[in-house]
Amino acid sequence: MARRLDDLLERLADAADLADLGACVHELRDLYDVEHLVYHSVRSGGEQWAALTYAPRWVDTYIEQSFQTVDPVVLSCFNRFTPVDWKRLDWSPRPARALLAEGIAHGLGNQGFSLPIRGPAGQFALFTVNHRAVDEAWSRFTNAHLNDLLLAAHYVNERALDLDGMIPPALSNLSPRETDALTLLASGASRAQAAERLKISEHTLRVYIESSRHKLGAMNTTHAVANALSRGLICL
Amino acid sequence: MIRYLYASELADHPDLAADMFRDRTTQFRDRMGWDVQVDTLGWETDAYDMLDPLYVLAEDDQGGHAGSMRFLPTTGQTMLADVFPHLTGGGPIRSGRIWESTRFCLAPGAAAGVARKLLLAASELGLGMGLTHAVGVFDQPMLRIYRRLGWQPEVLGLQDGIAAGLWTFSEQTHDILLRGCGLPARTSRGWFETAFGDIPGLGPLSTRV
Repeated sequence: MARRLDDLLERLADAADLADLGACVHELRDLYDVEHLVYHSVRSGGEQWAALTYAPRWVDTYIEQSFQTVDPVVLSCFNRFTPVDWKRLDWSPRPARALLAEGIAHGLGNQGFSLPIRGPAGQFALFTVNHRAVDEAWSRFTNAHLNDLLLAAHYVNERALDLDGMIPPALSNLSPRETDALTLLASGASRAQAAERLKISEHTLRVYIESSRHKLGAMNTTHAVANALSRGLICL
Repeated sequence: MIRYLYASELADHPDLAADMFRDRTTQFRDRMGWDVQVDTLGWETDAYDMLDPLYVLAEDDQGGHAGSMRFLPTTGQTMLADVFPHLTGGGPIRSGRIWESTRFCLAPGAAAGVARKLLLAASELGLGMGLTHAVGVFDQPMLRIYRRLGWQPEVLGLQDGIAAGLWTFSEQTHDILLRGCGLPARTSRGWFETAFGDIPGLGPLSTRV
């Protein structure tokens, strides 16, 4: 699973347009064998864009009925940046129950986890995993995969913002210290050796590695180093 | 007790919110002499309060404001990236697993344990959300205070007495803070779950009940 996710993230890195990104979201859905994945992005100007696996008819219905105005997921996530299980949301209002019933009739699962993500210039995106499962099975699934899925969500968002020209180079480029850290790791240094060479602590080294992992869309340090090398961001 | 409240939820706790913004005036303008904006109600607020941050608030026994801090994700706009990127390795730090912490504030005459309890709440938040680090800017003398409380940040950069600091989330630090506060793990986790529920797969195994 981890290997296939790595491969998928590499394809995401190569995505040339939003259609490629949409294809990656479908592959991600197939990889985790969930009912649906949804990535929905709102720019600071209000323009919207989505890559999702929902049936087109459900998307049309949702838009026609203006379901976003009663959708507990949208209403609760808009001002936040922490993931939420759909079970925690208030589905008691009649319009919310109607929305869920209609969604399920259009092939949605009964369970969901949504992550709101902020971009650097006021962008807002919502990443949702939707699945059909009883509570115990859903709990087992999230325990095993939520962490990876949320990392993937952040990367889909980074790529979407990047393709849109929404991330200024100062924010997406590796900083000088991040470049130094990856260069030393790529040359075979251990974390301790790299930290010593840079005259920083190992803890401090780790924050630069984590930040560069995010910017490179990698799942882990090894993958981040490989990405930086293959893109020519560091050289040996 | 500890409350985790988004800006949009402060309206449900108007007295607590008003206390917090007034205590921030006392701390940052009056005591530390920062050049901050204070409105006609005596509230200290800045641009980052407008970005729907998450506040961590400690309440005293009467439910009043005892202390607080503020979090924003580094994927969005932060003070460090906007104003002090030169203090963090020559460019801004960004990751979904790193949040910025600012406006660490104690109410005048707050009880002795409040500051440590806030750090415990920050640790609970980081572990529960699967974060690796928190970063923040603060006046250099705060370093000594954080050290005394049991969770010293590492300095990433320092200029004119302003430090960019790094807190690493770890179960080891969490245990030290729990012991320092004399609180059972489930109490701290309970405050977290009241706000966020159980988010499986993110927190380290040992802190999951």
